[in-house]
Amino acid sequence: MLGKTAGGVFWMLRYMERTENTARMIDAGLRISLTRSSAAESEWTSILTAMGLLSAYLEKHETVEGGKVVNFLLRDKSNPSSVMSAVEAARTNARLVRTALTREVWEAVNECWMDLRDLLARPVREQSLPDILQVIRQRSAYVRGSLHGTMVRNDVYDFARIGTFFERADNAARVLDVKYYILLPSIMHVGSASDNVQWETILRATSSARAYQTLHEGEYDPRMIARFLILDKRLPRSLAFCYRKISDNLDYIAKDYGDRMPCHGMVEKICHRFETMTIDKIFEYGLHEFVTEFLSESQALGRQIEIDYRFYE
Amino acid sequence: MAESPKFYDEMYGHGDAARVPYSDYAKWFSGEEVGNLRRKSSQAEALFRLTGITFNVYGMEEETERLIPFDIVPRIITAKEWAMLEKGIDQRVRAINSFLHDIYHRQEIVRAGRIPEEMIAKNDAFLPQMIGVAPPGNIYTHIVGTDLVRTGENEFYVLEDNARTPSGVSYMLENRETMLHMFPELFSRNKVRRVSHYPRSLRRSLSACAPPVCLENPVVAVLTPGIHNSAYYEHAFLADQMGVELVEGQDLRVIDGRVAMRTTKGYEPIDVLYRRVDDEFLDPMNFNPDSVLGVPGILDVYRAGGITIANAPGTGIADDKAIYSYMPEIVEFYTGEKAILKNVPTWRCSEPEALQYVLDNLPELVVKEVHGSGGYGMLVGPAASKKELAAFRAKLEAKPGNYIAQPTLSLSTVPILAKSGLAPRHVDLRPFALASPKGVEIIPGGLTRVALKKGSLVVNSSQGGGTKDTWVLED
Amino acid sequence: MNNKMKLKISHTTSYHYDKPVPYALQQLRLRPKSRPNQAVLAWDINIAGGRRQVSFEDEHANTVDLISFEPGVQDITVHCEGEVDVSDNAGVTGKHLGFVPLWLFERSTPLTVAGPNVRGLVSEFDKPKDTLEMLHELSAHILEKVPYSTDQTSSELTAEQVVEAGHGVCQDHAHVFIAAARSLGIPARYVSGYLMMDDRVSQDASHAWAEAHTPGLGWVGFDISNGISPDARYVRVATGLDYLGAAPVSGMRYGHGTENMLVKLQVEQQ
Repeated sequence: MLGKTAGGVFWMLRYMERTENTARMIDAGLRISLTRSSAAESEWTSILTAMGLLSAYLEKHETVEGGKVVNFLLRDKSNPSSVMSAVEAARTNARLVRTALTREVWEAVNECWMDLRDLLARPVREQSLPDILQVIRQRSAYVRGSLHGTMVRNDVYDFARIGTFFERADNAARVLDVKYYILLPSIMHVGSASDNVQWETILRATSSARAYQTLHEGEYDPRMIARFLILDKRLPRSLAFCYRKISDNLDYIAKDYGDRMPCHGMVEKICHRFETMTIDKIFEYGLHEFVTEFLSESQALGRQIEIDYRFYE
Repeated sequence: MAESPKFYDEMYGHGDAARVPYSDYAKWFSGEEVGNLRRKSSQAEALFRLTGITFNVYGMEEETERLIPFDIVPRIITAKEWAMLEKGIDQRVRAINSFLHDIYHRQEIVRAGRIPEEMIAKNDAFLPQMIGVAPPGNIYTHIVGTDLVRTGENEFYVLEDNARTPSGVSYMLENRETMLHMFPELFSRNKVRRVSHYPRSLRRSLSACAPPVCLENPVVAVLTPGIHNSAYYEHAFLADQMGVELVEGQDLRVIDGRVAMRTTKGYEPIDVLYRRVDDEFLDPMNFNPDSVLGVPGILDVYRAGGITIANAPGTGIADDKAIYSYMPEIVEFYTGEKAILKNVPTWRCSEPEALQYVLDNLPELVVKEVHGSGGYGMLVGPAASKKELAAFRAKLEAKPGNYIAQPTLSLSTVPILAKSGLAPRHVDLRPFALASPKGVEIIPGGLTRVALKKGSLVVNSSQGGGTKDTWVLED
Repeated sequence: MNNKMKLKISHTTSYHYDKPVPYALQQLRLRPKSRPNQAVLAWDINIAGGRRQVSFEDEHANTVDLISFEPGVQDITVHCEGEVDVSDNAGVTGKHLGFVPLWLFERSTPLTVAGPNVRGLVSEFDKPKDTLEMLHELSAHILEKVPYSTDQTSSELTAEQVVEAGHGVCQDHAHVFIAAARSLGIPARYVSGYLMMDDRVSQDASHAWAEAHTPGLGWVGFDISNGISPDARYVRVATGLDYLGAAPVSGMRYGHGTENMLVKLQVEQQ
């Protein structure tokens, strides 16, 4: 396959994942603003921070208000992480790699874009928000389904999977990076309602609230939440899970091509860390430091994959 | 139904009886509800949008994607009519390839006085870099889209020989898919020759033109200017259907004496490049240095025999509108036979007598730019205002050599599904021919373009034209 | 003057870039051909810092080598060396050969457009009836009006600009001559090659002259700068419609560095 195509598939799935992640962030913010209007502003602020968009937002708006944030995150084309920008970028990449996709996958992406373009043509009012988020969930599930159901399991598929998990891990790590302090034992106020809400935001923003409840019998414990999101391989959004998948898919490519590249060593090192780490060790090392280091290693891995598989020159 | 008797309608002759090839369709149609068919028609449109069969429109503030309107009434051609067209196109395509070889070698046709030297010497489409270049099998134009029009029962004319990079074949294929999807019953009642093998035929035909350096299965690729090109959908579609890579200039490089594409495993040489990039932009080192769409050095590799470029650079000299007027001579010179398909009478405005005639009869004529395409820069005399005529007269007098003129043809009509039912509209036909050392293959049917506006004779999609599925019936 | 000579040529072109060059291609038209009055006994091209990709014959029958730079190089050297036997034929190359129609040599190129300056120059002198004589007169007239001088501001002047400047080098003279000849309906072409100057071994640069096609003799050479037709000291390497079509080295390069070129050329009689 062409290096450009590998890059296009990787980015198409990253953008699809980003579309969903942004929608999830909006969902998490919305939930809080509905239940606790007093915390709304600070929650929207921290959501914008987690997405690295606070300064971009403040350039356009003076105050942090739910309605404005929602429209900024959904449909502002100057915001590269907005749902509309992401889905448009996903579709542009899909057009670029059209020959590597099945008709079903292409149509799923195209339809996702067409529906959202129509839905997001005008500013979104609060009452229609749940419906829109629902469409985003459904449309992206449709893309995922057609990918699983119709694509040949070859290098194209591997790069698609790598893109998905790369973006997902990146997103989870950023949420952790912004929210790490509320998970620290030092500022833990046992039973405090405020912390509960913040913890819930983290879990919602990573689509893990329900899974957490099931696996931890409903008890919120920041240490357990951190462990869950970083190390639990049962959770499809944990860092350890995502990196296991990235590693697996890079291995399939190495086997297929009969050649291991520098990126393989790098991903192995990251995975090894997840295998040997415990949550206590992470807290001992410093949660913030751990996440920061992870983010920079993951960026380096991304660059290495680009080079090893000739996405660009 | 008989709206304007001066045009030949392919479905209805006189009175209410449908002509033979349409008799079954007419019967079927009379049992359908127009409202229901119109609903199907919008379904087809939604299907096209979903598939992404769109073209980009230039000149707008924001680039927009548009659909070429599809009409659900098929255009039907009998086996006998097709046999004649097929023979005529085959003859023409062979003649054009011989002509191209000759023009880039000894120019016997000029020496023999059958074409004036200045037709070549003053022609921008003539590429000196191609002199002496003999591509594999002496095939210069591998894919030809011959534009035909019909004016009567047995009256077909060639309007244009598109020998550089004819487009539209994806519509031929998608239109058929859509018809099969929406009206399967029609295909069990009518024996329609299939077109779906085109991508396989194309790949086989291109592979047969691989250069001598290629020892195993030829690696074929499609070169596109990129996703912003108006025909990008077709480029992706053809690459996908052939199962080959779709590349852009930036994916390619000259490596080890070959043109190679950057893959995830390194550079892989290409044997045959089906390029959809114009000559001018193909190689910034040899042609337009500002081009970012091309591959520097590809022409050098080509001239060294390291790659086959389809269609060859410089084929434009064969579909130039001034050369067109010599096609009867060209066919006869190289095949030794009279041309089976007729040319439209053409006045070359470069000739003073012809110019005078054209200026005297401007309101009755169609005037075209010699190097133009897509229906741009042309004058349809009968439809033009006094002001437009005057403006064009000035252009003609300033640069007569840039123009040719033809009589306004009474293009045949085929009904479209309008709001109130069937309504006749003018059509043309572009069959697609594939040339390789093994021969010429012509896909039965082609792309029927239809002028959707009542009375309009301009069928180009850029000027409000639509398309139809084209049926060639089995014997 | 001998009418037969064995010339030994050593020609090195070195390029230095102030930044590594990520990608570059060059077309070399640096291979003289054996033909009547010119026998190439040996000829080698060595490239340091690059590699040969393909060779082919262009429409003017020049052998072209396409070379690519090794990725990231800052220095590339093209070295040609060989021996050529040349005999004097009063500048006559002979009958027009090959597929290029003669009318192509009547077409002006951007460098050889005959505008008011060239046309003015053409109208100034008395033209003998005999084409050959007339061309010699034209050559002499150009040298008189546009004397040889290396005071150049630009390396790719058009014929019009050269006449305007009032002086020029061999390349400029050739362009003016070609433009003038074509304006008179005479096919003309550019020739790049080597000239052994009598008084020295090291030459400043490779040489250029022009050829015009006359009905009787076919192609005849005119070295306008030296006021003669080429003799046994001239090695003909490449021809084209103008400098760009016959240039010893032309190419394209990615990246933004600046280029420095150094030519070392030795032509000596064996």
